[in-house]
Amino acid sequence: MYKEHFKKLLKHRSSFIGITILSILILGAIVCPMLTKATYYETHLALKNKAPCLEHLFGTDELGRSMFARIWWGARISLFIGITAALIDMVIGVFYGAFSGLMGGKIDDIMMRIVDVFQAIPNLLMVILLMVILGQGIFTIIIAMTITGWLNMARIVRAQILSLKNQDFVTAAYGIGASHLWILTKHLIPSCSGSIITTVTLTIPAAIFTEAFLSFLGLGVQAPIASWGTMASDGLSALSYFPWRLFFPAFFISITMLAFNLLGDGLRDIFDPRFRS
Amino acid sequence: MQEQAIPDEILRSLYSYYGLDQPLHVQYMKYMKGLISFDFGPSFIHEGRTTNDIIKEGFPISFALGSLALIASITVGIFLGTIAALFKTKWQDTAAMIAAVIGMSVPSFILATILQYVFGMKMRLFPIARCESFAHMILPALALSAFPTAFIARLTRANIIEVLDKDYILTAYAKGLSTESTIFNHVMKNSLLPVVSYLGTLTASILTGSFVVEKIFGIPGLGGWFVSSIANRDYTIIMGLTVFYCLIVNITNFVADLLYFFMDPRIRSEYKDRAYV
Repeated sequence: MYKEHFKKLLKHRSSFIGITILSILILGAIVCPMLTKATYYETHLALKNKAPCLEHLFGTDELGRSMFARIWWGARISLFIGITAALIDMVIGVFYGAFSGLMGGKIDDIMMRIVDVFQAIPNLLMVILLMVILGQGIFTIIIAMTITGWLNMARIVRAQILSLKNQDFVTAAYGIGASHLWILTKHLIPSCSGSIITTVTLTIPAAIFTEAFLSFLGLGVQAPIASWGTMASDGLSALSYFPWRLFFPAFFISITMLAFNLLGDGLRDIFDPRFRS
Repeated sequence: MQEQAIPDEILRSLYSYYGLDQPLHVQYMKYMKGLISFDFGPSFIHEGRTTNDIIKEGFPISFALGSLALIASITVGIFLGTIAALFKTKWQDTAAMIAAVIGMSVPSFILATILQYVFGMKMRLFPIARCESFAHMILPALALSAFPTAFIARLTRANIIEVLDKDYILTAYAKGLSTESTIFNHVMKNSLLPVVSYLGTLTASILTGSFVVEKIFGIPGLGGWFVSSIANRDYTIIMGLTVFYCLIVNITNFVADLLYFFMDPRIRSEYKDRAYV
């Protein structure tokens, strides 16, 4: 069944483009840091602010660090943060939403009102406040993002479970004496795997964006570790003289988000018949 | 220069000015009492200024910029989405949807710097920074409106395609109505309603976008204040602005819900039925 979906994805134009870009990016993030001698932290003051050339493909920054090495190290960090945050969101959101939907009644009411309270505060604002309290670092970013990030997933899964739980196959499973947990893990959650996969794919670019946004504000990962957001923020001050220092990180942030969005669109077309065109 | 020890009396009077000499629960109650009467307390960093002064000063600017972006994104987004849906699978559709997915993928802070660089520095069409006339607002408003525009365009397209399949559209054509009057009176009315329910989400996105866009363009609005008070750890201002932002987003959500209720007779009747049950 999954093989069939994958074939459909490759045939879908936008998701094919998305998968191609993502494969290149992931391959680059694994291979490129090994290929170059330059590291993301080594400084060469004599070589500062060099324009892109054969030796330094993407130029150098104000401390003479190779932008090529920094971009691909940044790819590892940005992708790691995005994917980890999205997966944690998925685990919390799926179980919260599924439990709430399956239980129904008062429990559902209370659990969903808690979600409402969290959602009254704009997501990015909440993450910024948490970063002020938690301090900077890769893992604090992931924690701050996942504290509010699971709400969307919980809502989507709950809605799906609500429409599924009164169907005959669930009643039949109860009839043979299956437990709530069994029905949840063997019947209900697999049945909404389509929308779960789609939501995860669309959460990743949002998480990458949030990380870049935080780093741009100076709340993200700290030097010498570089994410694309910190590089873009550094490049901003030198925009009028050394535009490549902003161009490369900006390009990679945008192309990564584009690839995930395209893939997510394709997944939604395949799994959700309402959007099929 | 060595820091001078502060005389005891001055220290004590400073503490009592900021209310720091009281026990925590008293401070908390005092802050809460202030909140009810919209008094967010004095700034810890900027001498003699209160959070209320800053809101009074910055909000009109941010409000003008934000509403410009919101109006622009609603008109352009609905226009693009309608074109795409009516020319479904033709080149107009493809072009509009490519523009929309790019608009959703390029973060506002990157778009803002690119616009500033290309139209401000290189082509000198628009002023680069500050906020003195309408021309100063155009570039920042463009940067802020890209994401909402793309979002509305996709939403409108999906809605119109869904409505076009409905039986009542067939009825309208069968009655002998012209294409124009069917689209304006039947299709648009039904497909634009869901856009209203996203007003709150859009406001939140423009609001958080303003943090970086105002910083990049040097606009003395609330977003810029929020970012600089994070950097200064000016806690009363951070708290005050957060509460203020949440208030705005929640008011918008509330107004959107009310509008939806009054504009869609189906929802009104649903509520009426519920009241009698």
